[in-house]
Amino acid sequence: MALGDHAFVRRAPVAPRPPPRGVVGPLAWLRNNLFSSPANTATTILIALFLAWTVPPLIRWLFIDAAWTGDDRSVCLDGGACWAFIGAKINLILYGQYPPDERWRIVLVAALFVAGLVPLAIPRVPGKRWNVVYLLVVFPVIAFMLLTGIGIGLDKVPTDRWGGLFVTLVAAVMGIVISLPLGILLALGRRSKLPVVRWLSTAFIEFWRGVPLVAVLFMASVMLPIFLPPGVTFDKLLRAMLCIAIFYSAYMAEVVRGGLQAVPKGQYEGSMALGLSWFQQMRLVVMPQALTVVIPGIVNTFIALFKDTSLIMVIGLFDLLGMLKSATNDSDWASPSVPATAYVFAGIIYWVFCFGLSRYSVFIERRLSRGKLHR
Amino acid sequence: MTGTVTPELASASGPETAIEMKAVNKWYGAFHVLRDVDLRVRRGERIVICGPSGSGKSTLIRCVNALESHQSGTIVVDGILLSRNHARIDEIRRDVGMVFQQFNLFPHLTILENCTLAPIWVRKMPRAEAVAIAMRYLERVKIPEQANKYPGQLSGGQQQRVAIARALCMSPRIMLFDEPTSSLDPEMVKEVLDVMVGLAEDGMTMVVVTHEMGFARQVADRVIFMDEGQIIEQNAPGPFFDHPQHERTKLFLSHILR
Repeated sequence: MALGDHAFVRRAPVAPRPPPRGVVGPLAWLRNNLFSSPANTATTILIALFLAWTVPPLIRWLFIDAAWTGDDRSVCLDGGACWAFIGAKINLILYGQYPPDERWRIVLVAALFVAGLVPLAIPRVPGKRWNVVYLLVVFPVIAFMLLTGIGIGLDKVPTDRWGGLFVTLVAAVMGIVISLPLGILLALGRRSKLPVVRWLSTAFIEFWRGVPLVAVLFMASVMLPIFLPPGVTFDKLLRAMLCIAIFYSAYMAEVVRGGLQAVPKGQYEGSMALGLSWFQQMRLVVMPQALTVVIPGIVNTFIALFKDTSLIMVIGLFDLLGMLKSATNDSDWASPSVPATAYVFAGIIYWVFCFGLSRYSVFIERRLSRGKLHR
Repeated sequence: MTGTVTPELASASGPETAIEMKAVNKWYGAFHVLRDVDLRVRRGERIVICGPSGSGKSTLIRCVNALESHQSGTIVVDGILLSRNHARIDEIRRDVGMVFQQFNLFPHLTILENCTLAPIWVRKMPRAEAVAIAMRYLERVKIPEQANKYPGQLSGGQQQRVAIARALCMSPRIMLFDEPTSSLDPEMVKEVLDVMVGLAEDGMTMVVVTHEMGFARQVADRVIFMDEGQIIEQNAPGPFFDHPQHERTKLFLSHILR
């Protein structure tokens, strides 16, 4: 059979060449992303007009017309943000009614926490095991003794004097630290081969997912004392924090279960065939992969938890938002711009923490996906 | 309906027996996947199992290390009777290495960590010793330079060689291979088979499910043909390929040998 004209043998390789103009560079980016079609061009122009309409007044309210200093409402009648109010109430916003002379204890606890968290968050720093032991065992004990004054001879500060950002952070950290491990256990339980474990885990998860958090908080605050024997008290703040932690552990369990389902059966078999015990399989092979897959979901749950700590306001506890709200009732600061400033300020604080969490999760995701890009 | 039983297979297992299966039956739901399977593998013996898909050959070797449980019959591996006792199962798994069609490497661990995981956690070996052993086996499968990469960065053939090295790091007395080359690109089949041939030459007891008939001819002491959950025919590779006896075997070989 003659190949004739179809026969071909390459004699010289084709070298790669740079792309033509207009494929890369800022102009190409603009054209591709903002003006790629008439509809996109129209959308771009509309959004630009909307921003031109809203952003300048916002900046004027936030910065230009704002009152930065002052001792009472008289400085805040011009219609701009009343930052002077925030400045006057800053201790209340940060610490609540915690006795002013004892506030160093909160600052110290915060410093101890940051000292444990920062090295843990930076992957390069060695000694993660001791770091975790410090944060999960040593720190909570020290923090408890310092903050309550129980056991170390400091003045006792009952939790009804706790408040502000301090309470928000305590509730959020406690919620996060409890809900993740509890959620992992529940997720494993829900996939267990043992029927009793599976049913109990499923029932637990479905119960807590099925009731609103506000209802749970009311129940814990109003109904629990009725069932407890007389004389037995159970700190209200602790109750609220445990409610948040347990409530979110149910959500966390479902997030983690999603990750477990993403781990292929072969991973279980591969580790089983090597003789790893069930516990070792979970700890060394399955969980690291499952949790990596669901980092966005886990952080999403953390963020929701962080913001939902503001719901403890409904049972008379004063977290960041509750403290700001109650501070606006001060007649010395009665001005139309004060409540607006207070809520904007609360929003900024929540946003800073949540955005930080979000960025850190992106960083960790990138780091963990290293080397697995070709999968 | 029973599998081929030779007098030799019915004999009691001794120290020279690696695996002994007697009248093993297994069902997936109502589907009878293994039917009265009798099989005795001597120490140092190399056995190749072939057969059409769904014939139960993978299920059979997965029963040896209890990745699948059987419902009746007895399986004795390395002198240990396989039962539902977890301690016993783990004991068997420590001594039986397995290589899978899909490699099943741990993607979140480096190649070296894949190889040292089980020695460190299951055999309680000091890390330095486990690393030394892992490097020795990675050299043996000719990829020591990949030790610090992740599985996803390696080709299929390289991954499968790592999987073999990982199993060898546990110093197994028996190696099971479940279609080790079936999901590889054609260009990578040979590098994996070469490692397996080397292993066979060193006297490892091997049970290999594969359709690589060249490998079977070169290495196997015995070739077993399975269909519908039964052992249809078994023989030394020469007579097996050149003079198959059973009609089903002839048909199968006529399809895969061209």
